[in-house]
Amino acid sequence: MRRGGLYWLDGTEPQAPGAASGSEAWGSTAVVGRPMPRIDAYERVSGTAVYPSDLVLPDMLYGAILRCPHPHARVRSVDLTAAASMPGVCAAISGSSPEADLRWSYTRQVFTKLFDPTCRFEGEAVAAVAAQTPQQARDALRAIRVEYEVLPFVVDETRALAPDAPGIAESGNLVGEPEIYTRGDVAKGFAEADAVVERTYRTACELHVPMELHGCVARWDGPRLTIWESTQGVFPVQQRVAALLGLPLSRVRVIGHYMGGGFGSKLGADKYNLVAAVLARVTARPVKLFLTREETLRCVGNRPPTTMRMKGGVKKDGTLTALEMEAVGASGGYPAGGASLVDWVVRDLYRCPNVRCESKDVLTTTGPARPFRAPGHPQGAWALEQLLDELAHAIGMDPVALRLANVPEMSQGRGNRPYSSSGLRQCLEEGARAFGWAEARRRPRGKGPWQRGVGMAAGTWVAGGGGPPATVIVKLFADGSANLNMGASDIGTGTKTVMAMVVAEELGVPLERIQVEHADTGTTQFATASGGSKTVPTEAPATRAAALEVKRQVLELAAEELKVDKADLRLENGVVVHRTDPALRKPLAKLAGLRRQGVVVGVGTRAPNPEDVAICPFAAQFCEVEVNRRTGEVRVLRFLAAQDSGRVMNRLTFDSQVIGGITMGIGLGLTEQRVLDAGQTGRLVSGSLHDYKLPTMLDVPADIVSLPIEIPDTRANSTGAKGLGEPATIPTAAAVANAVFAATGVRVTDSPITPARLLPLLAAARKES
Amino acid sequence: MGDHDRAKGVTRRSFLATVGAGAAGVAALGQAAAATGTPPAAEASDMLQVTLAVNGRRHRLLVEPRWTLAFVLREKLGLSGTKVGCERGECGACTVLIDGQARYSCLLLAVEVEGHEVTTVEGLMRGEELGPVQQAFAEHDGFQCGYCTPGQIMAAEGLLRANPAPSRQEIRLGMSGNICRCGAYAHIVEAVAKAAALRRGGV
Repeated sequence: MRRGGLYWLDGTEPQAPGAASGSEAWGSTAVVGRPMPRIDAYERVSGTAVYPSDLVLPDMLYGAILRCPHPHARVRSVDLTAAASMPGVCAAISGSSPEADLRWSYTRQVFTKLFDPTCRFEGEAVAAVAAQTPQQARDALRAIRVEYEVLPFVVDETRALAPDAPGIAESGNLVGEPEIYTRGDVAKGFAEADAVVERTYRTACELHVPMELHGCVARWDGPRLTIWESTQGVFPVQQRVAALLGLPLSRVRVIGHYMGGGFGSKLGADKYNLVAAVLARVTARPVKLFLTREETLRCVGNRPPTTMRMKGGVKKDGTLTALEMEAVGASGGYPAGGASLVDWVVRDLYRCPNVRCESKDVLTTTGPARPFRAPGHPQGAWALEQLLDELAHAIGMDPVALRLANVPEMSQGRGNRPYSSSGLRQCLEEGARAFGWAEARRRPRGKGPWQRGVGMAAGTWVAGGGGPPATVIVKLFADGSANLNMGASDIGTGTKTVMAMVVAEELGVPLERIQVEHADTGTTQFATASGGSKTVPTEAPATRAAALEVKRQVLELAAEELKVDKADLRLENGVVVHRTDPALRKPLAKLAGLRRQGVVVGVGTRAPNPEDVAICPFAAQFCEVEVNRRTGEVRVLRFLAAQDSGRVMNRLTFDSQVIGGITMGIGLGLTEQRVLDAGQTGRLVSGSLHDYKLPTMLDVPADIVSLPIEIPDTRANSTGAKGLGEPATIPTAAAVANAVFAATGVRVTDSPITPARLLPLLAAARKES
Repeated sequence: MGDHDRAKGVTRRSFLATVGAGAAGVAALGQAAAATGTPPAAEASDMLQVTLAVNGRRHRLLVEPRWTLAFVLREKLGLSGTKVGCERGECGACTVLIDGQARYSCLLLAVEVEGHEVTTVEGLMRGEELGPVQQAFAEHDGFQCGYCTPGQIMAAEGLLRANPAPSRQEIRLGMSGNICRCGAYAHIVEAVAKAAALRRGGV
């Protein structure tokens, strides 16, 4: 499998540092798996949680960045004179400022300057200021005079490779070579098929839009830099900032206790980190630099627009004979994985002997892509799962039955490696049963303008098994309360709560007596960014190992005090008890050894994954929609998600993840699209939240059922959990599209399914019939 | 606000003149000012003294006329429970109550709310105890990252003050001006329904 495709791996083979790591799989659990409100719910609902954007430091200034208004331009000159003398302005910097003469890289291969003379997308950074108030900083930006040489643009991924398309990089607009995957012989497979369907699908560019804006507060204390950052991973930000500023890691501290959403767009450092650091340096004052919403819609990543030509062959009995995909995805102005992992579901979701996938990543003069909740997968599922629906229709088979006929036994995309566990079959069967699929399919569409239909789709996620490195420390205090120290961010998934539940499970310490310290490079242990649906399967086994190490030491102390063999002791609800003589017992707070030491410290690390298996979550989702044939409106009436993510760690936050994944998937399917003025200016048209339509409460059904297919994965890791956040959004949009087809007989190939797109298709279908 | 403000030295006219250059409707205003011999418009960055009533406390402070209520709450009064997500009235993260009604504080200027009672999420606390809407959001996991949550809670509080027993559909309508990108809507509906019961003294 392609290591490069996994965004949290930086070319190195990850390894766990030496410490306690192994442990037996759990049987039944007392705390883990129950629905538990979050341990930090109080802070989040009371308003006392301090997010990075909430921070106000003494003597703090506000930074702002001037951005290129053109999709492609060369900066000829920048005149800061007027801006520098504006009221309240303390610093103004541009590419010619010596302090700002820094390198930047959007990708490992291509280095530019922090303020580069070449701007390859609307919103590229050109200059920056720091002022007493954010309003004064914005005033100053307007006073900066920039002379641009405007260059030709291309913003459409299907136009980027045309012979007359303007060149963006010297090497051309194709990034590297097309990536080709083959197994078997697709020509032979299509020849064997009873039905062959061929169609081109497209997903529009989707924007992350986390509610907390991207940004940071930067402060220097002499040679040491502290950054409070809204991030999914404090350590990746620290590493990048330290490398680009030429500082040792020990002098860059990144703190991100709370963060207001990221969805993949906050996995690492951004240019604004360096800008804030430079402005803070030259003014010798802390600088708060948060982007505006308009900036974030242009500059901090997207799910690339993707065009996918699909061809599939199937026999009458439902056996898939061949699958073919040609995908083109747009990285934007710099290589950023524009087509990364788009083909993974085609390679791996269904048993199929003959598969060919060709993926092209192209440059366009648009903001560079970033990983977005299951990179590539919702796009690939949009194409593959609609194709499967069409194939089922072509042979007159139930779409669920077609999928059940092709459930793979092994991971074919990884050379037939067995899965550590696979609940795909159960997801399909139990999901269909709980949804009432068969009955719902038989119900008529209805006679009025509103016609109903049901659709479904399945999915798998390339990763979701987690893995090293991760180090977690659990401290048991003299009174039997505990502290959990881990570097991972809680991006809203409930990571802190799940880890505290793991400690509670092993040590019998109640959740309200566990303090969690996390996401601070100065005081917590190394962790990779929270993303890839790997945080729970990575951090939970490390947390468990740390807790077990505490338990081992506690039992040793107790054995000494009770003068028994430590093998005869066990820890139960915070009390050390003798296995055969229940009278021999000692509550943790009464252990003299613990009181003398003051603390017992357990260090746990994440053990390596087994090499001979593929660890993947699976999903099947079902929905019912109503479509108004006169207006083209689509209403999603209900959704059911059957998710195999191994052991359910916290049923409450599990359901929240599923509900959130479905809500975001409905956005991809029905409402969200970045619109660019492809003809005249190449600039963003959907530059506000009125024009870029995120789903609101009225766009999603109240009736969303989360149905965990709980198969604790004993091969995967010591907790049996697999990832959930990304798998929950992979099949959603495709399921909606399939339901729209069932309701109308119209196949909508391009996302989102807006009334403007659906109405002409309905009209054309009426004419045909 | 006229008389009330005049007593504090800020007339509606001088405030509007202060907003001055660049603001829409300035032409007409400028004529009016010229006709009555009002002094020339002040700079946008000139400070005005205002008294804000927030969560039952009165704050006297100097503000620029263009400062929004959201900005003053967060950056000047230390009430960072109120969040900003768009600063143009599109996301609802900055929702507060003005005289008991849910409003976007990014679309209000601080000088506009003089004489009105502002309630933020911090104002729903009973000492260190959560208020009923906050408690319901915590119990039902009516959030994920938590950033839009204070705004959601204030929208719910405003809804329940106007309609103590809303139907599910009324909740959905009432909460539709607040975006949650994590997509916690289904749990938010449950939380608001529970909050309504808690506020009525149920469980």
